[in-house]
Amino acid sequence: MDKELKSKDGVILTKGAVIREPGSTKKYKTGDWRTFKPSIDQEKCIKCGKCWLNCPDAAIYKDKDGKFQINYDYCKGCLICAKVCPVKAIGFVVEEK
Amino acid sequence: MKQIIFLGRGGQGAVTSSQVLAISAFIDGKQSQAFPNFGVERTGAPVRSYCRIDDKKINLREQLKEADYALILDPTLTKNLNEKITSLIIVNSNKKPVDLGLQTNAKVICIDITKVAMEKIGKPFVNISALGAFAALTNEITLESLEKAVLQQMGAKGSIVEKNIEAVREVYKISKNDLQK
Amino acid sequence: MVEKKVMSGSEAIALAVKLCKPLVLPMYPITPSTLVPEKLSEFVANGELNAQMIYVESEHSAISALYGAYATGVRSFTATASQGLALMHEIIPIVSASRFPAVMFIANRALSGPLSIWNDHSDSMSERDQGWIQLFCEDIQEAFDTIIMAYKIAEKENVSLPIMVCADGFILTHVYEPVQIEEQEKITDFVGTYNPKDFLDTKNPKTFGAFAQPNTYFEFKEQVQDAMMEALKEIKNVNEEFGKKFKRKYGDGLIELIEMQDAEYALLIAGSTIGTAREVVKDLRKKGKKVGLIKLKSVRPFPTKELILASKKLKGLGIIDRHISLGYEGALCTETKAALVKEKVNVTGFIAGLGGRDIDRERIRHAFDLIINGKEGVWLK
Repeated sequence: MDKELKSKDGVILTKGAVIREPGSTKKYKTGDWRTFKPSIDQEKCIKCGKCWLNCPDAAIYKDKDGKFQINYDYCKGCLICAKVCPVKAIGFVVEEK
Repeated sequence: MKQIIFLGRGGQGAVTSSQVLAISAFIDGKQSQAFPNFGVERTGAPVRSYCRIDDKKINLREQLKEADYALILDPTLTKNLNEKITSLIIVNSNKKPVDLGLQTNAKVICIDITKVAMEKIGKPFVNISALGAFAALTNEITLESLEKAVLQQMGAKGSIVEKNIEAVREVYKISKNDLQK
Repeated sequence: MVEKKVMSGSEAIALAVKLCKPLVLPMYPITPSTLVPEKLSEFVANGELNAQMIYVESEHSAISALYGAYATGVRSFTATASQGLALMHEIIPIVSASRFPAVMFIANRALSGPLSIWNDHSDSMSERDQGWIQLFCEDIQEAFDTIIMAYKIAEKENVSLPIMVCADGFILTHVYEPVQIEEQEKITDFVGTYNPKDFLDTKNPKTFGAFAQPNTYFEFKEQVQDAMMEALKEIKNVNEEFGKKFKRKYGDGLIELIEMQDAEYALLIAGSTIGTAREVVKDLRKKGKKVGLIKLKSVRPFPTKELILASKKLKGLGIIDRHISLGYEGALCTETKAALVKEKVNVTGFIAGLGGRDIDRERIRHAFDLIINGKEGVWLK
């Protein structure tokens, strides 16, 4: 009964606008919203995890060596990480696109 | 169709009284409708409630402008009866009808329902017992259906129900005697 | 057991809801919706109904919790009126856009300003654009039956829209009159079980309430409109099925025609006023006047085709609105005029019953007098 309808540009229109595939926001890469690009100086980093905890987009992760890294696919460049870093290990540059 | 107006004071149970009458008439095999004159509930304020009884389905939803009967639970409310009553006005009072100052062509009968309530229930609960007078004086409902209706409406309320039914029977008896006088 | 009993409108409605077995009952238990939730909480407390009552802190929360309950895929219910419905406004269109087949009882009451607790239709009329089906009731038997039909209509796969069952506050909610209460088994069989395809489930995660960009929002609204058009058919079907099973039905489900076969003049009315108008029509018919009534049961979806068929041969049609769209006229009047724009019938509107003003036989007779004499509608004050 639930006919598969599509918008003119091919988006599937489910009944009630339900998105049946979980985690679909992952496909929506917000990294290109960025004006400022932060980076972590691993030499200075004390691995306190404050940046990881405070990132509103969960774009900071711990890699297999225990280092904190930034996922630039989703980092919007808000620089909260730089602000909260107690040892000023996070700097930033203007994004070049 | 028969129309009945109930006058009472907030908390006296005039609305319940009209509801029990509607249930009673329905048990007798008639169609009925009861509804309050919609207002904000305030203890002690004059309250109006209505009942309609008919052999056919009742479609009317308008408020009553006149009625066949009026049942006045508090004698101080006689002056609040603005509606034309065509048949009978029953007043809970120990006075004589002429002393009430009612301007009406309808017959007026006073029954001291409060006295019976005090004897049988121990409290001045007159709303249910007053229907005993209504049943006796109008023959619109039977005492049997009235007792069933009281049970249906108040069934969950325990010993007060039996006391009310006793009071209903007593008021019924007094009213029947009053008719023969 | 089938049982015919004299009871209050609110109790009859609560009983109908109980018999449909909702699982979640978010309620803001204060006037004006008091008695229906009160009865339902009694049923839950004494074990007659296995449901979760949620005592919320406002009507906004009640409808939000109703949304949440439907997102988990269970049949639910709430009730409100007047300011309570107005407070729900923000969430009302979200429920319909999510295509949740919620059922909500509206005890129609005036919107405040000045403060009023009495009946009129300004609360639900103000919500008629939000994708909810709106079904009005004439008496409490119809309100009982409409709750049961509402679950069946709402849960039809091709409808999947929420429904407001509207009955006049006080006039129907507080009246005591005979109601036939149907058997649980028959109602369960009629309504069926609710098994939605999409619901919140940790094993199969889905997103509800996602945002739609300009490339899709338009189409989602179009889907709701299409579902409304489907509802026009399904309301009729369910009314027929109900008639077969319970030996009662309400016109064609959308409108009911009263003395309309040869009528030259008619009034169109929604809600309990139809009852009083029936008596006026009987009287006028005895006097040889060819008058009739159109009872509008479904305000949304609006039964345009049925109204054209019912009234194209009339000389005059009056609409009694228990509501006014301030700055213009009664909403039902505007909508009926639009439906009949290509017909010759003279349509005029009356405003009546605002804020609990009685609509008596005299006022209805006056309305008939005016349309029979080709006069314009007035305020029946």
